[in-house]
Amino acid sequence: MAAIIKVEGLTKKFSDRLVAVDNISFDVEQESIFGFLGPNGAGKTTTINILCTLMAPTSGRAVVDGHDCQKAPRMVRKSIGIVFQDTTLDKDLTAYENLAFHGYIYGIRGSEARNRADEALRFVGLHDRKNDLVKRFSGGMKRRLEVARGLMHRPKVLFLDEPTLGLDPQSRANLWEAITRLPKEHGVTVFMTTHYLEEAEVCDRLAVIDHGRIIAGGAPAELKAAIGGDVICLKTADNAKAAAELKQAGIDARATEDGLQITAAKPESVMPAIIKTLADKVLSIRVETPTLNDVFLKLTGREIRPEEAKNADSIKEEVRAWRRKR
Amino acid sequence: MNDLGAIYVIVLRELKKFVREKSRLVSSIARPLIWLFMVGGGLSRLVTARSGIAYTQFIFPGILGMTILFSAMFSSISIIWDKEFGFLKEILVAPVRRSSIIIGKALSGTAVSSIQAAIILLVAPAIGLHIGPARFALTLAICMMVSFSISSFGLLLASFYESYESFSVIMNFIIMPMFFLSGAMYPVRMLPPALKAASVLNPLTYGVDALKNSVFALQAGPMGPDFPLGTDIAVIISCSAVLVFAATAASGRKG
Repeated sequence: MAAIIKVEGLTKKFSDRLVAVDNISFDVEQESIFGFLGPNGAGKTTTINILCTLMAPTSGRAVVDGHDCQKAPRMVRKSIGIVFQDTTLDKDLTAYENLAFHGYIYGIRGSEARNRADEALRFVGLHDRKNDLVKRFSGGMKRRLEVARGLMHRPKVLFLDEPTLGLDPQSRANLWEAITRLPKEHGVTVFMTTHYLEEAEVCDRLAVIDHGRIIAGGAPAELKAAIGGDVICLKTADNAKAAAELKQAGIDARATEDGLQITAAKPESVMPAIIKTLADKVLSIRVETPTLNDVFLKLTGREIRPEEAKNADSIKEEVRAWRRKR
Repeated sequence: MNDLGAIYVIVLRELKKFVREKSRLVSSIARPLIWLFMVGGGLSRLVTARSGIAYTQFIFPGILGMTILFSAMFSSISIIWDKEFGFLKEILVAPVRRSSIIIGKALSGTAVSSIQAAIILLVAPAIGLHIGPARFALTLAICMMVSFSISSFGLLLASFYESYESFSVIMNFIIMPMFFLSGAMYPVRMLPPALKAASVLNPLTYGVDALKNSVFALQAGPMGPDFPLGTDIAVIISCSAVLVFAATAASGRKG
């Protein structure tokens, strides 16, 4: 399939010392889910800002749906929908009014606008709340409403910047369910950023970015394979004996403090063999998925910088709370 | 393209929010009434009426100007809220020209403050000012023109600020001096030279003066208008054009 986003040698320098994006290149295929994985401050949001024409790159080129982001920004804007990291809804308007506003600025009017708004609200499961003010919505509902809004003008590409940041697990699951249906049901290409590996799992392709550079890329399975895959943790009555029996069956297990560990790219296909070999000697068995931290550790030799896991929104709120106190 | 639709919906949004926020409406009407009746009423004992105009009547055009100044500025500066809370991004990534966004915002301020000015204008009989239909229409038209230029000025200011904390700076160093040096409370011709020079440079002076021209039947006298209506309107229109252009240029893509 053809590439709908083409990025060549893209660089963004805010100053000599601060290079947010450093000569990155990648292609995104049509009707796929592309994930940009990395810690906050790695250059993900800057890249999105350039792709959606809010920022000019220092050098390099970005093409979205055949239009150059620099030379034809208005054409690019017509082809894209965006869900920013921080909410961009008008909290004093209702859900429906937010969508109607959006329709107008994208040239959708009248009954067409009403139908599309209703359709988009049903798609994200918010139709029964359409006349409620957005300020009464939970974080998850706001995000889903933003996805609905981003889809209303039927964009070719939907950008999602950390779509699940600050959401509870239930809302996160609801949102994911909606996002993963987009390419097949709506023909939309999804470009998303995240710093959760489990979310990156649903992507067709991933690019790992750190300090403005792409340090690895590929399908999630390939990336996980690069760090050896999932880890099966096993406990038996006699670990040494079990390890020997597994070795005979062609499974490599290493002893740890409290059991055995087996690394496998596809644990679900290795587990039956383990159970078969050890039968009722297995006391417990569980699978540990590598975290982004593991991938990161492997790729960069260091852990994800912890202070950056913070939501920009919550920082803003804290600053305000602090000001009020004074 | 859909720029007209965008301008329309930006204005519609402002009007919806304006109608919805009852407290904003009440306080924006209350401020000019407080000035008119409490400040004006008090000072009228101190200032002898000349040329047949009572002081409360004299400041009426100035109070209209104040209504417009505050509400148009508030409306325009609300774009800083949109910036801080993200809504502006929603507009900026849409396939709409920057100039349309600015014009939409300027017309939002114009609509909201013209409505408030119209409400204040209806209070005129309470202070003994009887404005005929023709003068009422002319006054309202001037209010709209002044609203548009003040809104554009607010947008130009807002483009320099990223957060709402700067609001008090704008309030104390721009809005208040603009009001006091506009001839709203005292005739410009009676001011000391330094203040007079500042007043002549203040665009609001011409707005207030145009309102004096249209509200009062009499044309001369120490408490009458300082400039001819034609001059006032020419200044207001050219200021609007320059400010809208500057605001568009200042809000252009950054980074």
